[in-house]
Amino acid sequence: MRRTRGILPGFGLSLGTSILYLTLLVLIPLAGVALRGATSHWEEIWRATTSPRAIASVRLSFTASIAAGAANAVGGLLVAWVLVRYRFAGRSALDALVDVPFALPTAVAGLALTAVYAPDGWIGRWLLPLGVRVSYTPIGVWLAMTFVGLPFAVRTVQPVLADLDTHLEEAAAVLGANRLQAFVRVVFPTILPAVLTGFTLAVARALGEYGSIVFISGNLPLRTEIAPLLIVSHLEQYDYSGATSLALVLLLASFGLLLSTNLLQRWSVRRLGPAAG
Amino acid sequence: MAFGEPIAIAPPLRQPSVTEPAPVRWLLVSAAGLLLGIFVLVPLAAVFATALRAGAGRYLAALLHPDARSAIGLTLLTAAIVVPVNAFFGIAAAWAIANFRFRGKRLLITLIDLPFSVSPVIAGLALVLVFGRQGWAGSWLEARQIRIVFAVPGVVLATAFVTLPYVAREVLAVLEAQGSTEETAALTLGAGGWQILARVTLPKIRWGLLYGIALCNARAMGEFGAVSVISGHIRGETITVPLHAQILYDQYDAVGAFAVASLLALMALFTLVTKKYVEWRSRPA
Repeated sequence: MRRTRGILPGFGLSLGTSILYLTLLVLIPLAGVALRGATSHWEEIWRATTSPRAIASVRLSFTASIAAGAANAVGGLLVAWVLVRYRFAGRSALDALVDVPFALPTAVAGLALTAVYAPDGWIGRWLLPLGVRVSYTPIGVWLAMTFVGLPFAVRTVQPVLADLDTHLEEAAAVLGANRLQAFVRVVFPTILPAVLTGFTLAVARALGEYGSIVFISGNLPLRTEIAPLLIVSHLEQYDYSGATSLALVLLLASFGLLLSTNLLQRWSVRRLGPAAG
Repeated sequence: MAFGEPIAIAPPLRQPSVTEPAPVRWLLVSAAGLLLGIFVLVPLAAVFATALRAGAGRYLAALLHPDARSAIGLTLLTAAIVVPVNAFFGIAAAWAIANFRFRGKRLLITLIDLPFSVSPVIAGLALVLVFGRQGWAGSWLEARQIRIVFAVPGVVLATAFVTLPYVAREVLAVLEAQGSTEETAALTLGAGGWQILARVTLPKIRWGLLYGIALCNARAMGEFGAVSVISGHIRGETITVPLHAQILYDQYDAVGAFAVASLLALMALFTLVTKKYVEWRSRPA
């Protein structure tokens, strides 16, 4: 056994430290949520998750985050394509902008989006005459979710696109395909797993997002209240069962998304070889 | 004709095109630029514009207010504890995963990623359920008069939870890309474990480590959801910089809120500069 493990020293120490730290900080607290859910009455969980307010918040969380993931899949593919395939002035700056939502604290993002898209904001004032209100509406929730998910969508597609061999596209061109045909029939099927992975990651990020949405959504129950926000308001009233029940719904969704990311990764590896993993 | 000289091949009749016509290219680049400009650059600029709207004096006053100073102090303290601990964990985990074969490795990687996929609010809730008054450890802690929830230790724990994966992911990526041949060579030359770590591995991973630390630090200083749940919002005690920005905003002090937020935005920009620098340093020569 010991021989096959590797010959460098420090296996026990490094693995032991990692597992101990993970257990204390992550596993025990998360197990606490699961156990709290398992030990509370089903009636309580049922009541907490089927109240009109809970259903509205969960529905908004899911629809808005899926819509945000879809927008990011399209926008992310566009940005990744432009960054990988074209050379132009300001490319490096554009590349740096992609990471801003990742590095910018979510509360700052929330404040910034609220300021810009408020009815008197830099962009909001142009949207208002078109009848589009962003702040205090589900559109604001979607916008904030799209903002935080964008880097995930771009950065999962970008390396796969960069590794893509252009010989296949050359072959398609020689065989008479135009660029659109080559993209739809050759490039897109190859990068599809990466696009879907980016979509899944963006949805997962959006589903749990709290900081940036609090500011722009206005937190109106039944209208713009997302599930994480309802958890917080349960907690503020010391309703731990209510908070835990909703948290379990979100946790299950997160695990489902995590699992599908792993499956997508495997599909991607099968399709493109280990380099794409 | 010298031996080995390439034989001229007739050029293909038409070079197969693998790029788009110029107008399409231009259109796509503009669309991407417009998207990122409106969506990312404008909000970022709005932070600084709003913060400085009432002049530099008002801006500085907001930053020098005692509440702001105590929030900055707590945020710096939290980062000073969390970042080294998570960096240490990240190096240990990456060392174990990259250098050894063992059962459950995939599971370990998934667990390290877990804080990425758990909502920060749920992270806060989980810690409240364990360490809160009603929690598992609650009565034990209360008997010893140790406060974690609604106190500084809770803020630190919540921050550590959400920033746990960053260093581990970055360092692991470097170690897996470079393999462990150099470490093995050092071992055969008689180096011990700590010597290998200090003389071979750390220099090898330094740029990845630096970026991981920068990301971990950015997230630690900016964490909102998890900290908001566990902090209890005690004035002058458990208010971090992002929480202080929210409090000011709720009091309709937009300039103050954005002034405080601009500190965090500057830190984010600094993180991105670090990333560019790291990319430039670790580019293959």
